[in-house]
Amino acid sequence: MTTTLEDNITEAKQRLDAHVREIVAWHFDPQTGCPFWLEQAKRLDFDPREDVRSYADLDRFGNFQDEWLRGGPVRRWVPKAYADQPVYVFETGGSTGVPKSRVNVNDFRIDYEMFSETLNDESFPKGADWLMLGPSGPRRLRLAVEHLAQHRGGISFCVDMDPRWVVKLIRKGRPQEMHEYKDHVVDQGLTLLKAHDNIRCLFTTPKLLEALCERVSLVKTGIKGVFCGGTQMTPQFHRFACEELLEGKVQFVPTYGNTLMGLACCKPFDPADNYDIIYHPPSPRAMVEVVSFDDEKTVVGYGEWGRARLTTLTKEFFMPRFLERDECKRTPPCEPYPWDGVANVRPYSGFQTTVVEGVY
Amino acid sequence: MMLHIPILRHGEPYESVEKFEIVHYATGDPVALVSQANSGMLVRDIHRVNSDVLDQYTVAELITMTKKAGEIFIGGTVPVGNREQSFDDYIRDLSATTGMPITYCRNNAKKIYRMFNEIDQVVAGLTRGFDLGILDRGYGEDDGRMLSFYREANVLGAVLPSNSPGVHSLWMPAVPLKTPLVLKPGREEPWSPYRIIQSFIAAGVPKEAFGFYPTDHGGAAELLRTAKRSMLFGGEATTRPYAKDPGVELHGPGFSKVILGDDVAENWEKHLDLMVSSVLANGGRSCINASGIWTPRHGRAIADAVAKELAKVEALPADDPNAQIAAFANSKMAEMISQSIDQQLATPGAVDLTEQHRGSARLVRHGRVAYLLPTIVWCEEPVGRNSDTAHSLANKEYLFPYASVVECPTADMPDAIGPTLIGSAITSDKSLIASLMASPNVDRLNIGPIPTWQISWDQPHEGNLFEHLYRQRAFQVEPAA
Repeated sequence: MTTTLEDNITEAKQRLDAHVREIVAWHFDPQTGCPFWLEQAKRLDFDPREDVRSYADLDRFGNFQDEWLRGGPVRRWVPKAYADQPVYVFETGGSTGVPKSRVNVNDFRIDYEMFSETLNDESFPKGADWLMLGPSGPRRLRLAVEHLAQHRGGISFCVDMDPRWVVKLIRKGRPQEMHEYKDHVVDQGLTLLKAHDNIRCLFTTPKLLEALCERVSLVKTGIKGVFCGGTQMTPQFHRFACEELLEGKVQFVPTYGNTLMGLACCKPFDPADNYDIIYHPPSPRAMVEVVSFDDEKTVVGYGEWGRARLTTLTKEFFMPRFLERDECKRTPPCEPYPWDGVANVRPYSGFQTTVVEGVY
Repeated sequence: MMLHIPILRHGEPYESVEKFEIVHYATGDPVALVSQANSGMLVRDIHRVNSDVLDQYTVAELITMTKKAGEIFIGGTVPVGNREQSFDDYIRDLSATTGMPITYCRNNAKKIYRMFNEIDQVVAGLTRGFDLGILDRGYGEDDGRMLSFYREANVLGAVLPSNSPGVHSLWMPAVPLKTPLVLKPGREEPWSPYRIIQSFIAAGVPKEAFGFYPTDHGGAAELLRTAKRSMLFGGEATTRPYAKDPGVELHGPGFSKVILGDDVAENWEKHLDLMVSSVLANGGRSCINASGIWTPRHGRAIADAVAKELAKVEALPADDPNAQIAAFANSKMAEMISQSIDQQLATPGAVDLTEQHRGSARLVRHGRVAYLLPTIVWCEEPVGRNSDTAHSLANKEYLFPYASVVECPTADMPDAIGPTLIGSAITSDKSLIASLMASPNVDRLNIGPIPTWQISWDQPHEGNLFEHLYRQRAFQVEPAA
């Protein structure tokens, strides 16, 4: 019996609801939950373990406050079940004040192993080495890409890159120094590419990809696949990257992700999408919805623009209904991802103050 | 099908995935879709420009082509995206998306035509008349002296405005000076640069010499960074970050002024028309419009008389032959400007005299658009060389006919006026003339009753394009034995 997309959508929704019940039960169980949610439960007018039966029921928590993640103590986020495990703490970009922190035990590995399943072996060969030319320091990306390379049998070569310094240079009106820093990062990447023949895969950001491709043909260096993320990408950039930077010969895989949610995968390229960059979250571990600019409780219709709302549902981290600083267009489920996606994510235009996005 | 204006990449049309719509200023109806370039495309294309593409022609040949292009510009039909555009189409489109009066558009188009048609005189002015064959050979003798130049610019980049089509004539001499162009048009005004480019191409200039990239602020910044030589048009906030960059020629606010000497202040009425015209010509939008009238005496009376004349100006539709000011397609911008002036008027010491004569507010709304009627502000406190008491409105420039009238002792004027793009000094006072001649504040000095807007193309202001593009080298040559 063949299954239709409709069947898959129904099955994915049932799986998501079951996953919600499991994760809520875990985080609000005094034996396994984290101090933050156990404390928070005392103030709720409902019993999460009894009353949250579906993904839609998560609305009862209201919006997750991003201030909860700024500052310490971060151990209040460590589930009791993982209290004796080695814990990482990862930070968001820090372009909007005190960075938000998220504790991690294995989530970054799980997320990137799932992402690995979506990569094709021709463009991201097993056993090939990687170049990680992107944000380092307290960011999850640095370790996550390294784990991705290792998971696929390769080694990741890394370069230091501090996006907060870049943001500071932009804010201070010092573009020349910003470009010198960019060149410094790209120089190191080029040195590694020239010195290590087995580097076939690259993670980088849109701006660094442009800068790199001004200096070298990635096709000639033997790169087969580029995994790109970190900042906004437009449909025109998508086309430009595929056709010109990568000369139509290297696979380009754009992604949308952050420390809080994980990694959303790009819908496989379809000419009918006219280079729209369509991401689907790693359901059921995380969801992205598009809510109305005027009413953040209402999900917009397909094809409509709104603000991105994230929900993270792992045993390490429970974050229901977090309003992200991005806006995007809602897209329907598709064959490999039978749940909603989002297209053409860009910084939310409704903020009164300009957010300086890390250009890298 | 709606008109589509493509990017031109080395002269080749390119349709972007991303386009923005430009609309009729009054009705809001779509006029065209404009393809938008991503910033990486600009960097990539500038690095790949064939910077020698115009070297295959002599300057004289390029001047001939430029003159031919002028005839096409003013009377011919050129391709614009998926349509052919006549001169009348161009004027209609230009007025439609910018809100500029039709008459204003035609006058500006004539300025552009003059640049095409008088390009030989312009180039002679820029190069100070040396034998242009020297640029073809790289060296040569001129009046018995050896001269040699080389071109420093791989391209001339330009970030262009939407408010004054006449300024496009400033970058046009780059073509006979053999320098390829990379242009970022103003959002509402792709029309003039696109038509100029197509006229050049139709006249035989290789299309590879032209890049046309509608883009966002990020793209503009990349253009200025990547092109070795560029021009930037914009307000103070836009130009400030580039103030110390020798590769960027700034065309920012003008703060142009009419200056009356002690010898003519008593007879100021004789120059009333000149003052009014300096403020109002071309819709008062240019940096060469006067935004200040400085006089040693009779300031109040002068302000009152100029205000009385300017209070007659009405907000008329762009196609009205009597229209003298442009509409703000973005009415919020007009509101913000007007509010800013009102907030400053709340500080004692400055009075809007036009509003008193007109009996109505400067901000006028017609449907979705807004107009700002001319505004003359009388600053009551005299200004001196070391004065820090000047009212904040004493030296301001806005995107409509605005001027302050300020009293100042003539001996203090050269310092007190501050940066002044055009200074029209109506005086025979040798001392004042000498001190203005010595002042670094004035970029273009007119002595006598010359309106600020009356400029001669063979004398560039805000930098000499030839000196921006070329560098002189020491050179000797001996025949090999």
